Amino acid sequence: MNINAADTAWMLVSTAMVLLMTPGLAFFYGGLVRRKNFLSTIMMSFFSLGLIGVLWVVYGYSLAFGTDHGGVIGGFNYVGLIGVGQAPSSVYASTVPHMVFMAYQGMFAVITVALITGAVVERMKFSALIIFSVLWFTLVYTPVAHWVWGAGGWLNKLGALDFAGGTVVHIAAGVSALSLAILLGPRKGFKQDPMEPGNIPMVALGAGILWFGWFGFNGGSALSSGGLAGNAFVATNICAATAALTWMILSWIYRRPSLLGVVTGGVAGLVAITPAAGFIQPIFAIPIGVGVALLCYYMIVVRMRSKIDESLDVWAVHGMGGTWGALATGLFCSLAVNSAGKNGLFYGNPKQVLIQLAGIATVWVFAFGMSWIIGKVVNKLVGLRVSKEEESVGLDISQHGERAYGGPLR
Amino acid sequence: MKKIEAIIREEKLEAIKKSLEELGYYGMTITECGGRGRQKGIDLKWGNRDFCVEFLPKIKVEVVVLDEDLSPALHAIVKSARTGETGDGKIFVIPIENAIRIRTGETGENAV
Repeated sequence: MNINAADTAWMLVSTAMVLLMTPGLAFFYGGLVRRKNFLSTIMMSFFSLGLIGVLWVVYGYSLAFGTDHGGVIGGFNYVGLIGVGQAPSSVYASTVPHMVFMAYQGMFAVITVALITGAVVERMKFSALIIFSVLWFTLVYTPVAHWVWGAGGWLNKLGALDFAGGTVVHIAAGVSALSLAILLGPRKGFKQDPMEPGNIPMVALGAGILWFGWFGFNGGSALSSGGLAGNAFVATNICAATAALTWMILSWIYRRPSLLGVVTGGVAGLVAITPAAGFIQPIFAIPIGVGVALLCYYMIVVRMRSKIDESLDVWAVHGMGGTWGALATGLFCSLAVNSAGKNGLFYGNPKQVLIQLAGIATVWVFAFGMSWIIGKVVNKLVGLRVSKEEESVGLDISQHGERAYGGPLR
Repeated sequence: MKKIEAIIREEKLEAIKKSLEELGYYGMTITECGGRGRQKGIDLKWGNRDFCVEFLPKIKVEVVVLDEDLSPALHAIVKSARTGETGDGKIFVIPIENAIRIRTGETGENAV
């Protein structure tokens, strides 16, 4: 196939938009912690741009998208980007340069690793986080990406639909976050001392950047610039808007209309539409958005009543939101929207729901178990937590020797 | 009248506020500040090197009480601010000559 200039232009723009989501996430998380940990929380996300940016081109892309081995993992044929050139791949995105497809997928790996860090803020040792990230990226992200998106991947062959990463990105990150948070234990003073967000305007800024970038995340997953990209683009905005609105109503019913609620709702809506955006009629993003806001809102309530300090609710929003989105894909998907997709329950194919559930359950079990094992190993190697004194002083100073706010203090 | 200046851990503010409310003292002034004590801050390690964090974030609570309330107020603050570890903070007691409620012009103990 020949390179299509319009497709390539859109994929390049989408890649840059998805890149921007990671700093956006960094601000989203950073504003949610106490200000003594503001920088360290931003750092936890931002360093993924460096670390995964390198690992992806060295071997990650190859393990995820290289020649299939038994449906489980890709081969070593693209290690060091050998054979990933300006010509399109013979298998993926046949109208854009292979290296553009590679770069686009790399941004997903970067943000998935960054997403997990919301569970471990304010107490995890930075060196431990780096080792965890390398192992998690290698042993969890690349195989799951291969199962779902790789040519020959077993969930792909089974027919599990995941347009832009509901299972690969959000369920994998959200469930791993829960696993690691349980292993790590709660922050010092959890449920005794007030732990108010340090800077909610930063959270709103971060959420705005995420919403913007998500058009590249979902729209770009069409891997072309035509009608399908438009479908995904529109569905994305409808779902985010619906969920933000629903969440605002929920927070108004219980307390007052909260800004934190609106932005969290927007992000939850974006998560839920991710697997569905290119398989459903955009108007079905409304029920998906209402559903995800209700689900995630009450999941946060459940988490807060538990003893688990999954600090920034990565599990409740991304894990559960991704689960609902992957399931809803099986309800609403239609061949009329995307001929490469399937008909779902409401188009006379109830079996698709079971296939979606198989994908969801597999990734839940695999991500939770592997994160637990990797966490245990890292704990043996360097210890997962900072010392009590370092935690009191804050990770900005104790881990990075910098402060978010200048002057003689802080 | 005495002024109590308590320099405390940030996370203990709520507990101190509640314990003073129980004694009927609702008015207080708080300032975010930083300080160090005899230990000159906290020594932390980074690799093999030591480094010292000198000024640690604290909150200063100022509350003016009647002489007869001084002892229970001090007791309440100490009880709710103490963890038993270094860095719990310090309390200073200062005599107050006069107080004026600006709205009404009341002075002395009536204005506290």
